[in-house]
Amino acid sequence: MDDLLVEFLTETNENLAELDVALVRLERTPDDGQTLSLIFRLVHTIKGTCGFLGLPRLEKLAHAAENVLGRVRDGVLPVTADLISTVLAAIDQIKVIVNALGATGAEPSGDDAGLIALLDAVSENRGQPAAAPVAVPAPTPDPVAAVAAPVPDPEPDPAPVAKPVAKPIPEPEAAKPSAAEPVADAPNSGQTIRVGVDVLEDLMTLVSELVLTRNQLLQLARSQESASFSVPLQRLSHITSDLQEGVMKTRMQPIGNAWAKLPRLVRDLTVDLGKRIELVMHGADTELDRQVLELIKDPLTHMVRNSADHGLEMPAERRAAGKSEIGRIMLNAYHEGGHIIIEIGDDGQGLPVDKIRAKALAKGFATEAELAAMSDNQILRFIFRPGFSTAATVTAVSGRGVGMDVVKTNVERIGGTIELTSRPGQGSTFTIKIPLTLAIVSALIVEAGAERFAIPQISVVELVRAGTDRDNSLEEGEPVVQQVNDTPVLRLRDRLLPLVKLNDLLRLGGGAETAGDARHHIVVAQVGASLLGIVVDRVFDTEEIVVKPVAPIMRHITMFSGNTILGDGSVIMILDPNGIARATGIAGSAETRAADAHSNRAELMSSTGSERTAMLLFRAGGSEPKAVPLGLVARLEEIAAEQIESPTGKPVTQYRGRLMPLIAMSGALDLSKPRQTVLVFADSEQRLGRDRCMGLVVDEIIDVVEDTMSIELAAELPGTLGKAVIAGKATDIIDTGYWLLQAFNDWFQSSGKSAATGARVLVVDDSAFFRQMLAPALSAAGYNVTAVSSAAEALAFAQHGVMFDAILSDIEMPDMDGLAFVSRVRAQGPWANLPVIALTGLSKPAQIEAGRDAGFTDYVRKFERDALLTSLRQCLAAPTDTSLAV
Amino acid sequence: MSTTTLEQRPQPAAPRVDAGNAQSLVTLTIADQLCGVPVLSVRDILGEQPITRIPLAPPEIAGSLNLRGRIVTAIDLRRRLGVPPAPAGTPRMSVVTEQGGDLYALLVDQVSEVMTPPASSFERNPPTLPPSWAEFCAGIYRLNGRLMVVLDIGRILALSPEG
Repeated sequence: MDDLLVEFLTETNENLAELDVALVRLERTPDDGQTLSLIFRLVHTIKGTCGFLGLPRLEKLAHAAENVLGRVRDGVLPVTADLISTVLAAIDQIKVIVNALGATGAEPSGDDAGLIALLDAVSENRGQPAAAPVAVPAPTPDPVAAVAAPVPDPEPDPAPVAKPVAKPIPEPEAAKPSAAEPVADAPNSGQTIRVGVDVLEDLMTLVSELVLTRNQLLQLARSQESASFSVPLQRLSHITSDLQEGVMKTRMQPIGNAWAKLPRLVRDLTVDLGKRIELVMHGADTELDRQVLELIKDPLTHMVRNSADHGLEMPAERRAAGKSEIGRIMLNAYHEGGHIIIEIGDDGQGLPVDKIRAKALAKGFATEAELAAMSDNQILRFIFRPGFSTAATVTAVSGRGVGMDVVKTNVERIGGTIELTSRPGQGSTFTIKIPLTLAIVSALIVEAGAERFAIPQISVVELVRAGTDRDNSLEEGEPVVQQVNDTPVLRLRDRLLPLVKLNDLLRLGGGAETAGDARHHIVVAQVGASLLGIVVDRVFDTEEIVVKPVAPIMRHITMFSGNTILGDGSVIMILDPNGIARATGIAGSAETRAADAHSNRAELMSSTGSERTAMLLFRAGGSEPKAVPLGLVARLEEIAAEQIESPTGKPVTQYRGRLMPLIAMSGALDLSKPRQTVLVFADSEQRLGRDRCMGLVVDEIIDVVEDTMSIELAAELPGTLGKAVIAGKATDIIDTGYWLLQAFNDWFQSSGKSAATGARVLVVDDSAFFRQMLAPALSAAGYNVTAVSSAAEALAFAQHGVMFDAILSDIEMPDMDGLAFVSRVRAQGPWANLPVIALTGLSKPAQIEAGRDAGFTDYVRKFERDALLTSLRQCLAAPTDTSLAV
Repeated sequence: MSTTTLEQRPQPAAPRVDAGNAQSLVTLTIADQLCGVPVLSVRDILGEQPITRIPLAPPEIAGSLNLRGRIVTAIDLRRRLGVPPAPAGTPRMSVVTEQGGDLYALLVDQVSEVMTPPASSFERNPPTLPPSWAEFCAGIYRLNGRLMVVLDIGRILALSPEG
């Protein structure tokens, strides 16, 4: 039998059993809205699944039953015994069909018209039709059928005052076993057995305890040095580890299992809706807990269905909007810290904020005044309210307002969160974040303010002991904590890292500023794509810990991802670096995800758009603040006047054994100042022989702020990209490319600005420095820039079918170099005819030749911004001769 | 904790007593006040335990402790009831209770015997009870020479994240 069908049968039987109980409960307590919602959802799920498995008989029946329940939920129909009986009769008929389905693998032939007519009659609240006593199903002596019989009695008013409750109670007990039995032996006769999740849950708890006890024993043994214990203890330890792994494995399943149904679902929807849809799935092998998987399965199905039905437009509309006719639904799963992130995105029309607002008002969810005060995002969240549906018509596919409410309930039940972003015309993305509550992880134990904390080892990049700049004994190049206007930053090799003090963050008091040791212990943690330094008082060992969820009352403290018991029996909190980063405003996770090649397209396309960038604010030549992306600045230095020389009329200084050119932003160096404040820009890649740096002399450092960098006014002055509002002030964003040119090449030809084209340009360069430099420079010239760090990432785009108008690629890159990359691009696919411009630091004739042979359209030297812009303009204006097919 | 939640909640302890069934209670003291909690809601009684502070948690939360491999959230009943803290170094005992699958330890000054006072000695809250107590008090027993406040554990545990 079809796997899907087997799964459907087990699932439906579970649902049916639950339905019986719930329906009876509803009859007893007609006002119980929760039970009603549960019943409605269960029937809805059955209907939906039947629909896509192609089981028309079941679907029709479930649809009719759902109609009745929908009217009850809307308050149109009261809950009466008759109504419940009719619905139960429908459920029983469904059971009969499901059982036959389990036995033969096909829907039995038969006609449910009578029952459906009855259901419709109830739903329309009219008198009973003349239908014969409910097409009594199957030969089974089903007690429910008998109960169903009294329904068509000629009572004109279907809402009698409290009809006796006693009547239908006994049958669910009787009905259940008959439903459950056939399923138990029909499917699953192979090598697997069904084990209750609670059994696994108990096993997991026991293993966790065992791991903790083992750790305790090991700690004792370490101090005792009793050889007689050590061997058996070692064995115990190994077995425990194996056991732990085994039990974990029983619970873990790749998320792909939950996705397996989706391609077929999407294909069927394609037919039903007359749309062209492509489903892209990433991270299908991301493993997650079985229980979690089960709970998110339905939500995912709902969301994909929603995307297809509401999100994506009809092909004609898409064409009119300048998009590819084929709509795309993207699923992406990955681990982040102690969480699993699942994204469901589409490139459709986005969510209609105005419609949602109007609907929320009409449904009475909020008043006009409340709505006026809400942000778009808050308004979008109304779709998670029960009873909300934006589809104008109720279709079989989706749109009864059951979907998103179920999604949210299910996700929150497992302690997860759901976020929603939507951009009109560009699509919407749902991001589900689910905690990995049952994992055993390795963690680093640290101390701050006399309390110990665990940091998951997976996010720890390195441990650093750093001095302060007041400490004279420091060696050159050692990590050092410096202040940027009272904000501490860590200078680690060629990077500046934001620092947070755990003492301050957790308001522990006391702390790191002990007189004896001026050095800080810093845990460098990975937060998405960026690094963060966490200052702690002490660092202990690493330990295997069992992540246990924190009590509900403390779930709002995002800094903790759980708590655990250490080998010595004490309880400690587990820190969540992502939560810390968010709490301190460093590196929004959106930014980090955008850098991830697996991210969905909507986010990728906006990599220079609205994300927050850390900016270094400073003053130079005037009182207006200027800014540069902090990521571009390698170091901040103060250079004494006597260290500055001018051998050729241009100021240079000796810096780390080399001469570093100094450029004054204000035009000329103010030599009267005893010390010059210098921003050092460096681009070094030892492996590829790149190593240069230059110093930009400024008047004063103001601050580091995080803000969106959207350049609003084009540049008036050479050396700036334009003005942006940062921290509430109009700020010049400096064009590092310009200043680098000043340092390395003493000429600068100002060129006319290229016409803003909006053309999409993909920048492929392994050097973050160049990406950060090129992206703003090109955006300022009117291009829509997407930057990636490797050829592989770029090719991933090609596979997703993301289109660009031109590609800029570095030649020297690790793994796949520019030549191999361009060959791959030219070989096949939608990009085969795109102009590809090579960026290189070295341009020897032979190299240029090789580049042209490989397929590069043009060759431009790095740093030569104007040459690049000219080349881009030419390439885009005159398509390459191979591009006839486009 | 707002008064609205207080009104919405049913009073679990009172009706049971009204029905004439005598109730067994674990007696405990907080700042010299005798209190009682239904014996069936108590899972464990613990002596002084090492408690880990939880930064940023509401002030009523004293921290968490390890009870045979399970993590228990400790709630400082003195703080919860608005009573001044005990002098430093005073040993405290815990009454462990379970709610929604999570364990909670109520830190009290002293736990004494289990008693079953006659239902006839039960009284509803006097209206003059200070609000901080009235909120968590499910009635009062008149004992010989003393009064025992019946604590409503459900409400004590209904901490909102804002405290």
